[in-house]
Amino acid sequence: MKKQLLALTTASFVVVGAAGHAKAEDLTLCWAAWDPANALVELSKEFEAQSGHNMSFEFVPWPNFADRMLNELNSGGKLCDLLIGDSQWIGGGAENGHYVKLNEFFDANDISMDDFAPATVYAYSTWPKGTPNYYALPAMGDANGWFYRKDWFERDDIRAEFKKATGKELGEPKTQRDLMEIAKFFQGREIDGNTVYGASIFTERGSEGITMGATGALYTFGFKYENTPGKYDMEGAVNSPQAVEGLEFYKELYDCCTPPGYTNSYMSASLDAFKSGQVAMAMNWFAFFPGLYADPVTGGDKIDFFVNPPQYQAGSTLGGQGISVVSYSDKKDAALEYIKWFAQPTVQARWWSLGGYSAHNSVLNDPGFKDSQPFAGDFLVAMQDVQDFWQEPVYAELLLAMQKRLHDYVVAGQGTAKEALDKLIADWTEVFEDEGKL
Amino acid sequence: MTDTPIDKAARATPRRVARVIKGVSDRTIAWIFVAPTIFLLLAINIFPLIWTINLSLTNYRANRVNREVDYIGLRNYERILTDTDIWLSMQATAHFLVWTIVLQVLIGFTLAWLINRKFKGNDLWTTIIVLPMMLSPAVVGNFWTFLYQPQIGLFNYVVSFFSGVDPSSFEMLGSVTLAPWSIVIVDTWMWTPFVMLICLAGLRSIPDYIYEAAEIDRASKWRQFWTITVPMVLPFLMLAVLFRGIENFKMFDLVVQLTGGGPGSITELASINLKREAFEKWRTGYSSAFAIILFVTVFGLASIYVKALNKVKER
Repeated sequence: MKKQLLALTTASFVVVGAAGHAKAEDLTLCWAAWDPANALVELSKEFEAQSGHNMSFEFVPWPNFADRMLNELNSGGKLCDLLIGDSQWIGGGAENGHYVKLNEFFDANDISMDDFAPATVYAYSTWPKGTPNYYALPAMGDANGWFYRKDWFERDDIRAEFKKATGKELGEPKTQRDLMEIAKFFQGREIDGNTVYGASIFTERGSEGITMGATGALYTFGFKYENTPGKYDMEGAVNSPQAVEGLEFYKELYDCCTPPGYTNSYMSASLDAFKSGQVAMAMNWFAFFPGLYADPVTGGDKIDFFVNPPQYQAGSTLGGQGISVVSYSDKKDAALEYIKWFAQPTVQARWWSLGGYSAHNSVLNDPGFKDSQPFAGDFLVAMQDVQDFWQEPVYAELLLAMQKRLHDYVVAGQGTAKEALDKLIADWTEVFEDEGKL
Repeated sequence: MTDTPIDKAARATPRRVARVIKGVSDRTIAWIFVAPTIFLLLAINIFPLIWTINLSLTNYRANRVNREVDYIGLRNYERILTDTDIWLSMQATAHFLVWTIVLQVLIGFTLAWLINRKFKGNDLWTTIIVLPMMLSPAVVGNFWTFLYQPQIGLFNYVVSFFSGVDPSSFEMLGSVTLAPWSIVIVDTWMWTPFVMLICLAGLRSIPDYIYEAAEIDRASKWRQFWTITVPMVLPFLMLAVLFRGIENFKMFDLVVQLTGGGPGSITELASINLKREAFEKWRTGYSSAFAIILFVTVFGLASIYVKALNKVKER
């Protein structure tokens, strides 16, 4: 009986294999060049073995990722069959016909969006936002979080000095103001003969850095994009007193507590500052946390992680991406096969174990998930309160306006926070007027 | 009677071809020879220019090909000319342009004057001095970023050595007041040798007998410098200014590597602004109008300058 079953199973695999992919394709998957991309290469070997397709990868460094990929999409390029595009691209991807709509495919293959964390489905897959129109499968959950030198925080001499200076116990900050207090304490301090600094934060001007960093603070103070979702009524939301306070806070954090020369810093600068022992705390995307924990010098028991602390409310800047099939690809069927394979719970579990952040409920709701990594619990908490930037088709224009206004104020020190946010509203209003949405 | 090259060419021409061109006038033949060049010029210069002017009158976006394109007249031009951010980027460009040219002319001419004197190791020094201009602007931008690094950068330590200020107390690239000068310094370091070479060519083109005549007339060295050297090198110097002016008006790569236009928008030159509008915001119509404005500015200024240059040459 067992032999018969084995023969039947083998035969069915052969038949399904023969019917499913009559032709082995060379698929190209495009993404940013960072730690999780390496994990995906490893994971995709299983797909190659199962499907017979060959996988190639086009990974572009983050500062050039949007430029390179959006140019590719806008020119109808065939370089990428699959694209793990940033969450903000979903509007443009859908409206400009760059991404294949996946609803029929999901229905035909029993892939349910209910199996994925709602925040990730909303952010990475849907357009118009929140509607059941899917253009991507959540591929990589991510948010902006914090990590710190646990070994410094646990040292008796440092703890005593902190207590003396502030009257408080040194520990993971519970609010944004706590975070600044700790950062100020460490700024310029001598530790083991080296001068160290408070925190490394995002200040990059060219792509999205300062916006991703500052919104982490802004959301917790009460910044909103609109008063009424979908109405583009920004006056009083973008420049509310809380938003102004949040932006002033971020500027103060930049002025008081960053290492010298951190005027144009993003992900890699934050990692470098931490790994070289320059800073007590640093912000970065959860995607980097497995690598940080594994670092032989500053990882292991020297590091710990915390969620972006709340101020008046909880809030974290959303990162992460969904995986889409590029509509200009000549190998859409094979690309859809990849999506189908990737959506399987077993593959998602393996994805998490390799260092990717699965958004699948079977992984996130697993009782052992929280303790599977030192940052796993924080990741779950962060994903409950994530907020994303505009996902409009004109997101790039909206983003560049915010980059300019924030950098002008925070780094260049020009004008006031209120003026910066007022100008931002004027910029965004002009963009939405051009789009016929206002 | 010997055969001229024309006779030889006529005999070598196949009879059928000769019959065809027999009735063709010299003017037509001239046009046939010039036509490919004119065609290329039209295809790669004139047509894109006309197309850009056409786009500048629309709200076209290259990333929204499905969207209806409307002709909006001169609205893009009006927006650009009333946009304070554009004027700030033009100011940043003017600051960069004026100071790089002033410094490069002064230092370049001085170096050329020194190098022009006969001394041991003259050739070696010339080679060393021209090294920076042989490097890629991206490489130069990258390594000056390290030199300017406030914690480990050599530049800050050199300044600290001579001035006594703490090297990490100032940031060349991060300071609003110093960043515009930091890009001027790097461009000057890189391109002064170019100006020097042109001036050197000018200095070496002055015949010795003019100086000998001046010596006989008992003209002082100072007078020889102002009445012989400077006037005779001036056309060369003006040419160098023209080249550097046009180059620096469209400066992009070096500054992007160094500051990315920051801090804030302090070093956001017109070309950086244009690139952001065209290929990051995808406002194709708007950026086409901006490109036309920049083109007219450069073309206008260059035309006036070339006229002045010709007058100097005629003197």
